[in-house]
Amino acid sequence: MIEAIGLTKRYGATLAVDELSFTVPPGQVTGFLGPNGAGKSTTMRLILGLDAPTAGSVTVNGKPYTGYRRPLLEVGALLEAKTVHGGRSAYNHLKWLALSNGISGSRVEQVLGQVGLRTVARKRAGGFSLGMGQRLGIAAALLGDPKVLMFDEPVNGLDPEGVLWIRNLLKSLAAEGRTVFISSHLMSEMALTADRLIIIGRGRLIADTTIEDLLQGASGNHIRVRSPEAGELARLLTAHGAGVARQGSDTLRITGTTSDAVGEIARSNGLTLRELSAHQVSLEDRYMELTNGSADYRAADGEHAPARN
Amino acid sequence: MDITATAETTYSPLTAAVNVLRSEYCKLRTVRSTFWALFTAVASNVGVAALLAIFVSGRLTANQKATTDVVRLTLGGLHISQVAIGVLGVLVISSEYSTGMIRATLSAVPRRRLVLAAKTAVLTAVSLVIGIASSFAAYFTFQAMRSGNSLSAALGDPGVLRAVVGGGLYLGVIGLLGLGLGAIIRAPAGAIAALLGVMFVPPLLSDLLPNSWQTAIGPYLPLNAGGQIYIASRFDPNTLAPWTGLGVFCLYAAAALAIGVFLINHRDA
Repeated sequence: MIEAIGLTKRYGATLAVDELSFTVPPGQVTGFLGPNGAGKSTTMRLILGLDAPTAGSVTVNGKPYTGYRRPLLEVGALLEAKTVHGGRSAYNHLKWLALSNGISGSRVEQVLGQVGLRTVARKRAGGFSLGMGQRLGIAAALLGDPKVLMFDEPVNGLDPEGVLWIRNLLKSLAAEGRTVFISSHLMSEMALTADRLIIIGRGRLIADTTIEDLLQGASGNHIRVRSPEAGELARLLTAHGAGVARQGSDTLRITGTTSDAVGEIARSNGLTLRELSAHQVSLEDRYMELTNGSADYRAADGEHAPARN
Repeated sequence: MDITATAETTYSPLTAAVNVLRSEYCKLRTVRSTFWALFTAVASNVGVAALLAIFVSGRLTANQKATTDVVRLTLGGLHISQVAIGVLGVLVISSEYSTGMIRATLSAVPRRRLVLAAKTAVLTAVSLVIGIASSFAAYFTFQAMRSGNSLSAALGDPGVLRAVVGGGLYLGVIGLLGLGLGAIIRAPAGAIAALLGVMFVPPLLSDLLPNSWQTAIGPYLPLNAGGQIYIASRFDPNTLAPWTGLGVFCLYAAAALAIGVFLINHRDA
């Protein structure tokens, strides 16, 4: 369980996190979503006590992170930025981490096996590929067998096999009853892994919701109908409280009702339908709609500018 | 939840401190820079002593021999080893900032002053052991290789044992000065530059001062003060006594560390 209350972080003139309040419940994968520069990494640094909040507070299992003597047993974190000295071997990196929290040496071997790094454990971490580096970071997070796991952009730069591995790992960790909190700027990835979503933009909370609820509220969801008797159908639907817009002579764009209801009205009134289709906005579109205007770094042609980290 | 709760409550502050010490020692011995810094220190202390014994000891005039402090001459390698150990001290903390590893460290041990205290303890122990051992090695090397009966100094002679041990103490303190500057400046290049500046610039600046000022300030400059501990006999009256000088030198290191301790709790990592 992670609880943030009014969390605020200001760096000089930049307000990176702005009165953010949210709860990350156990037993679920909670996605932390936002465009580049939205404040996701900063929020995670605040949770870990690496940065001090300007205002507000955040607790992990009811206690500030810095209050734990053996925090690795409480929270396992994979940060987006590098946290490994390239001159040290993977084994030795995990070894000093384990020693610092009184974790046994056998646990180091165990997590190395779990992430599939046993064969390269004695090699210098500086020579690792991006994927191997991510695996080492995840091994470090799992070291203390913590109840809370927090991963910042875990799939960034991974090949499809690595992405699949992380997805399954996250789900199995949540299934074990752990609190799993992952950040991403990719809605498509979150749609596959997350049960809940916390969406932020420019440091502010935009939505704290489930994927279903998120899609239901989308403004672009509609039903499309083609009928030779479009005028009559439009009148009936409006009478039933649906929103109807004429598109051309025989096409209607209907909102505020279901396709089942439209079909039923048409049948009971003897109207011919040539097309009846429900159009649901994709998560990606919904996400763009929500975060529109809150992306910090966007190129003029609408492409995402490179992340700043 | 129950298991971790128990683990947290039965984990005493002493156990925590010992584990952080072991962790810092593990860090220190698992990077190459430590090996190279210590190797350089030992090699220069012993190597320079051997070179001086071979090439210099036989060529000094009687007058020169009378005014030469044997231990100070023997420990000529300190000119190099002090830089090696000082840089090691800087890297012990600043390499964590430059590689981003500090985030892992402070996530594992959120009590930041405990981290710095453990680093201080581990670095002090290692640099004192290596410093004192290599200082003795230099002394015995020089005495074994010097030509004829010139420049002999027995450990029982006045000040000799203290000065030989002092060479190691001097290295221990300079390592701590480096650590303090590393904690303050955090960027390795900047901290190393600052360390070299603190070591070598003050004498250059004091040369620009009027003579009376030089006499007043000179003995208190970092290396002038610290250097007295590895001189067996005091020839220059305008210097501090050995232990006083070492004390002043320690104050410089303590000041740097104190600022580092203050800053580490007040800055974002």
